[in-house]
Amino acid sequence: MDFTILVGGAAGQGMDTFANILEKSLKRCGFNIFTHSDYMSRVRGGHNFMQIRFSDKAISSYAEKVDIIFALNEETVDIHEDSLKEEGIIILDEEVSKEKDLIHLPLTKTAKNLGNVRVSSTIGLGVILKYFGLPKDQTEKIIKEIFNEKIADINIRALEEGYNMAETKHKLETREDRSILINGNQAVALGAIAAGCRYYCGYPMTPSTGVLNYMSLKSEEMGIVIDQVEDEVAALNMALGASYAGVRAMTGSSGGGIALMAEAFSLAGIIETPVVVINVQRPGPATGLPTRTEQGDLRFMIHLGHGEFPKMVISLRNGEDAFYQTARAFNLAEKYQIPVVLLSDQHLSESMATFEPFDFEKISIDRYLAGEEDIREGERYKRYKYTEDGVSPRIIPGKIEDQVVLVDSDEHDEYGNITESAEVRTKMVDKRARKLENLKKEVEEPCLIGEEEPEHLVVAWGSLYGSVKEAVERLNREGVSIGALVFGDIWPLPTERLGEMHKKAKNLISVEQNSTAQLDSLIREEMLIKCDHKILKYDGRAFSGEEIYKRLKEEVL
Amino acid sequence: MQKEYNLYEPSWCPGCGNYMIRTALKQALEELEIPAHKAVISSGIGQAAKIPHYIGVNGFNGLHGRAVPPAIAIKLSNKDLNVIVESGDGDNYGEGGNHFMHAVRRNIDIAHFVHNNQIYGLTKGQGSPTTAEGQITTLQFDGVKSEALDPLALSLTLGAGFVARGFSGDIPHLVELMKQAISFRGYAHLDILQPCVVWNKVNTFSWYKDRVYKLPDDYDNTNYENAYKKSREFGDKIPIGVLYKVEKPTYGDSFNFIKDGEPLVDSKLDPLDAKDLMNDFI
Repeated sequence: MDFTILVGGAAGQGMDTFANILEKSLKRCGFNIFTHSDYMSRVRGGHNFMQIRFSDKAISSYAEKVDIIFALNEETVDIHEDSLKEEGIIILDEEVSKEKDLIHLPLTKTAKNLGNVRVSSTIGLGVILKYFGLPKDQTEKIIKEIFNEKIADINIRALEEGYNMAETKHKLETREDRSILINGNQAVALGAIAAGCRYYCGYPMTPSTGVLNYMSLKSEEMGIVIDQVEDEVAALNMALGASYAGVRAMTGSSGGGIALMAEAFSLAGIIETPVVVINVQRPGPATGLPTRTEQGDLRFMIHLGHGEFPKMVISLRNGEDAFYQTARAFNLAEKYQIPVVLLSDQHLSESMATFEPFDFEKISIDRYLAGEEDIREGERYKRYKYTEDGVSPRIIPGKIEDQVVLVDSDEHDEYGNITESAEVRTKMVDKRARKLENLKKEVEEPCLIGEEEPEHLVVAWGSLYGSVKEAVERLNREGVSIGALVFGDIWPLPTERLGEMHKKAKNLISVEQNSTAQLDSLIREEMLIKCDHKILKYDGRAFSGEEIYKRLKEEVL
Repeated sequence: MQKEYNLYEPSWCPGCGNYMIRTALKQALEELEIPAHKAVISSGIGQAAKIPHYIGVNGFNGLHGRAVPPAIAIKLSNKDLNVIVESGDGDNYGEGGNHFMHAVRRNIDIAHFVHNNQIYGLTKGQGSPTTAEGQITTLQFDGVKSEALDPLALSLTLGAGFVARGFSGDIPHLVELMKQAISFRGYAHLDILQPCVVWNKVNTFSWYKDRVYKLPDDYDNTNYENAYKKSREFGDKIPIGVLYKVEKPTYGDSFNFIKDGEPLVDSKLDPLDAKDLMNDFI
């Protein structure tokens, strides 16, 4: 079984609440979920929709064809009726339209009778549960978790009304629910908190705000300073101040906000102060498409900040990867005393998906801090001591008597004091660059999907993991010799696995959500390997597994 | 009493007001018995911003205009540290104006010393936000065309709890102001008038010397209206001293775990402490 329910309407019609209750109900019935949301950059009106896909099999993308359209307005029917499966149904309030050949239900009328017109979508929820022959007790419980007693009570009655209104078409069996349902932004925040991040500052910007929101929700409970700063310039400078003082710190934004952080990112490079920055990408340039998705910032992040200094860029592949990689980013930032970028995007950040519960035992907090014993007696502490691997012992200011910590954005000597010496300059550039050599040795190779020695080899990165996986596995089932390497760590670029697999593949295909094939160009630059085909999409809408499957068939196979 | 604060050879011009400010700072820190490893100076870029290199304290010499955001974070991260922001008029009132404004709003417990010589020094003599309207500079050949910013009136209207002005030419008085600012619980703004011997030929040492006067002993620095009036006095007579001083809850106090707990930097970190958060997603 594999079903998709689409709910559409205008902003402000309560679609989010409806979708949240529905996806959680389906999850608690034991299904795997993938929810894809498509909304406009406005507070009221416009056309927004969400697609909730659920299945008893593993799913990692949204589906193009839907089984139910729950339309909160007529426009939703006009826009989406073509995506309805032949046996699918459209549910619409009888007061919205009486003309079309649809299932018209007295949603508003019944809601009015119950005493609150706003519960009409809860009636629809009852209809949908009954349609799939699913019990409503979990949904009642969720309603009680979300609303206060009075509101919950009327919603439960609305659910009951809807349940009695409809007939069962598919009798689905519930399963044991062991999963968590989480989106990319929440997974990043959870990973950061697990890793001991105790300072998060940022300026609200779609689609990165979700990270700030979840951290803020846990501020007092976990002891995390949350600062909604005056601008993104302050955000990264502030995160660096916290890190200098010894607290694990992070900031994040999207496109324009990250652009404002560029100077402080460079500062992190020269003061060698660890920090984690997340860019939840949206299509640019400039304001671009605020609520939509793209992978257009890969080059931007690799080159973020003026001057030359080592940094690391990790792209996040799904919610689970986001959790573990965020936690890892904090360790790497402190181990090498560098800024680490996490690269997410709107699609990953706001799509809800089910995963095995995260294993907190797997997270370790490795600070790599030095202590009094690392400073020779009688010696003045050198923040930028020349070392073989380029990493200098880092102490926390205020913790060792008579030792002070000086960091400087100017070129500096070993003590951190400003200098213009040609000799020191060269040595310091070399010292910072040396850190990259060890970092290169521990980057993680891209993960493999499909065949190990395929004729057709796809390269992709970040959030395309889920849809590439669905496309490649479907083609494998059809007998096509295809595999994919999906990069997580992307700078420094891991080259081993691709280097080996590329030798045996006939075709190398880059699949990216941008217009210039940025991973393809990076591979060419780093490995002298050229992709034979490029499958690109840059309309702001996420690639689905089906779409990649079709385009591979049409354009490559 | 702890050891004296170490001093290092500055690259300031001979006669620069920064020397006196450094002397006052050293004395203030020593008299307050703050050990060097418990004091942090955050600075931006400019001649004044080089001060962490010339006195042995913890230093965060960051970016131009950005001395304040790291200072806020340092204080919240470790409330045991005495955090001082030290930079010039261009750094704090020009490039960093937005951060200055919001630091005041937050009432973060830091002391903010602005070396105000009413000119850009390091970039060679251009007008700063506090250069007088009409003054000829190395860039404004026919005179500065905008009104000078009034730093004290600005911080007062933003709600600063401690607003003061000092003069680099009166070290004992400046030491007292610095001590009060550092000891003040909350955001303390101290604007320090200093001559720039190379680039500002108008606001010279004697120009300031002839104009500054100390606020009288009976001046009530808890009276906001008085303070505002005094802050606007900048002509033939320039008052120096603490114009306004009223404590209120600080930004750190708004986080219960900072107000009542150990310094944030001493938090014990364990991934398993966050495990229960997964209940939000079941």
